[in-house]
Amino acid sequence: MTVEATTPAGELMKLSMGPQHPATHGVLRIVIESDGEVVANCTPDHGYLHRSIEKIGECVEWAMFVPYTDRVDYVCAMNANLAYCVAAERILAADPGAPKVPFRAECIRVLVAELNRISSHMLAVGAMAMDVGAYTPFLHGIAQREQVNDIFERLCGQRLTYNYVTVGGVAFDLHPSAPQEVRAFLDQLEREFVRFNKLITTNTIFRDRCAAVAPVSAKEAVAWGLVGPNLRGSGVDWDLRRDEPYGIYGQLDVRVPTGQAYAGRKGVVGDCYDRYVVRLLEVRESIRLCRKVLDLLPPAADKPNDPVGGHQADVSKLLRKPPKGRVHVRTEAPRGEMGYFIVSNGTKDPWRVRVRTGSFTASGIFHKVMRGIFLADVVAVIGSFDVVVPEIDR
Amino acid sequence: MSALAPDAIAARVQAVFPNVIPFRSENGEPWLAVAPADLPGVAALLRNDAALACDCLMDLTGWDLKGYPAVPPSDDIAVVLLLFSMAHRHRVQLEVRAPRAACEVPSVSGLWPAALYFEREVFDLFGVTFRGHPSLRRIMTPDDWVGHPLRKDYVYPSEYHGVAHLREGQRFEGGPNRGSAGAAGGTA
Amino acid sequence: MTDLPGNPNPPSPGACKPGNRQDEQVHLTAVDEFLAWGKENSLFYLLFATACCGIELMQAGGPRYDVDRLGMIPRATPRQSDLMIVAGTITHKMAERVRMLYDQMTEPRWVVSMGSCANSGGPFSKWSYSVLNGIDKHVPVDVYIPGCPPRPEALIDGVMALRERVRRYRTLGIRDTVPHVVAGAGCDFGSHPGKSAIEIARQLPPEGKT
Repeated sequence: MTVEATTPAGELMKLSMGPQHPATHGVLRIVIESDGEVVANCTPDHGYLHRSIEKIGECVEWAMFVPYTDRVDYVCAMNANLAYCVAAERILAADPGAPKVPFRAECIRVLVAELNRISSHMLAVGAMAMDVGAYTPFLHGIAQREQVNDIFERLCGQRLTYNYVTVGGVAFDLHPSAPQEVRAFLDQLEREFVRFNKLITTNTIFRDRCAAVAPVSAKEAVAWGLVGPNLRGSGVDWDLRRDEPYGIYGQLDVRVPTGQAYAGRKGVVGDCYDRYVVRLLEVRESIRLCRKVLDLLPPAADKPNDPVGGHQADVSKLLRKPPKGRVHVRTEAPRGEMGYFIVSNGTKDPWRVRVRTGSFTASGIFHKVMRGIFLADVVAVIGSFDVVVPEIDR
Repeated sequence: MSALAPDAIAARVQAVFPNVIPFRSENGEPWLAVAPADLPGVAALLRNDAALACDCLMDLTGWDLKGYPAVPPSDDIAVVLLLFSMAHRHRVQLEVRAPRAACEVPSVSGLWPAALYFEREVFDLFGVTFRGHPSLRRIMTPDDWVGHPLRKDYVYPSEYHGVAHLREGQRFEGGPNRGSAGAAGGTA
Repeated sequence: MTDLPGNPNPPSPGACKPGNRQDEQVHLTAVDEFLAWGKENSLFYLLFATACCGIELMQAGGPRYDVDRLGMIPRATPRQSDLMIVAGTITHKMAERVRMLYDQMTEPRWVVSMGSCANSGGPFSKWSYSVLNGIDKHVPVDVYIPGCPPRPEALIDGVMALRERVRRYRTLGIRDTVPHVVAGAGCDFGSHPGKSAIEIARQLPPEGKT
């Protein structure tokens, strides 16, 4: 819903929301000019977390860049690792002797990527609910996220920035109890999901706060470069896992939810509620994909010495003198496509590593959709677009 | 819903803009070299033509050719547009090279609003001015930052607003010009 | 207050003992310890999370690690917080705002530097042009917590170390001006503008001596 700002421009109140603010999902600053409660103009101010990760990509070796990809989006670090590794492997693929990623490693990659998608979305919807004013769902989301953190900690030793998916495979094999732990977690998550929905999704107040707020039409979403759940929330049926598959996603028959004005009479396709519901539906889909991958997982006998390909000597040797050229690869991270444009000049350091992230273009549309909404809706909009500032600023 | 092959796309574009040259990178990636003056026309054609219909600007970025083993070697800054068609599912890669001294490229933000932020970032990090961009200013680095960091000859700052960049005893190891563009102790 | 810079009669070290000087003649103990106990067990921290450590900070406040049971709740404004946990990478652009937040905090106030990036620039210290190599260039830090990111248990361990310091804080009585070095370095930054905490710590008397 939009409300006309009636005060002439000279008398607007200028508010600086951020960079320290409980609801800006990081150090994002939005300069809001408001006529009382109605936002007339909004100008985001970025760069408070610009850590020059793209410059670092030119300074370090190919395999050394993987921990930095964790920091590009730490909420879903496995997906971030995976995006870079798929791109680096595409560069290596020009060499006829390049080793292929073992099938077991591909399965593990999908498993950890989908688990991380679940934990990322639980944090995102929990944070959105907390911003809107409901503090409890955040704790439920974090509780689920902690269980995924436990699995990942037993797997690779880290809770947040994993450095696990490597060029050529993954770093370690699954620990023996991993499939059983994952299954137990997924069963428990399905039960929790019902409770979570009763708590927040069907809550009238939450729905009224998010319905018809900042709707983005499908055409606008594509033109403004929205990706991921933001794009799907506007009704565009596009998911890289199904439409431009990488790894073994082509064998997994990914089902893609889209926004359909889930808020009912009060809702509009592409509003905040739609984006929120699309994330929840993606969690359900990820549960299904994890179970499928666990069934597909081959026994750990693919290659006796290095079943998962992460420390292959031939990959390391190849990375010292990779083929020259450029690639552009995009993968589906929880916040949308993470596109890597990498230029290689044949040496052990990349020449240019470019990370294109979903939150960057999502924050680009803020000044357009936040015109005419109430100040209280600003946090709902930021939460529904699920921007994380390291993705914007890199 | 018919994806065109890169050669077919190149042929369609060359029919209207004969100066556009298709290239393939060393590892086989196809891209079109577009002169800066041709960019608005080529971009409009790619977006509006029914068979091309590139309605999605996947990415607009830049890279610095100084020191890259290109043939012939060049000092230019290249701006790369990565376009995609949601309807036809084909992609097009355009590369526009701007000389270092007069780094100006026309803006495509009128065609794809996504370019508004992408072009600000390329301006900030490479120093390419986009003619026609409504609000071209720095986005990542602070407004009073000096220099364009992603250029290959960028010299790291020794201090910002009076605070030294390095910690005591830390050696200067900034950037790909390790050791050459700066002395120990952080003097640039 | 006897510990302000520029005080012509600074209290001598070990000034908690009564003596003949004017500021040694009133010695309040039980009330002050009670107040210190209260402060120690109700440190409100500023909700200030920059990067990855911010997620661990949030998870530390979450249901499993729950710093709320230690009395720590997040406050949105620096005016109401006692503790600023600088969690995450601080860039040059952000650094001045961190100092602004620190200045807005009311005394007594403490700063915990959480994670490698806030301690010294972390993984970005070598090749980044835009990252401030350590928040102690701008604000005085009491406790440094290493890690990338530190586990919530590590954060709680650092907070327990800070609570030792808070317990020694005297609200009414004479403050002990000999800095106590805890897990690194941190002290009377106000009289050493522009120096990093490591430089200051090297000039301090060794712990235990007065």
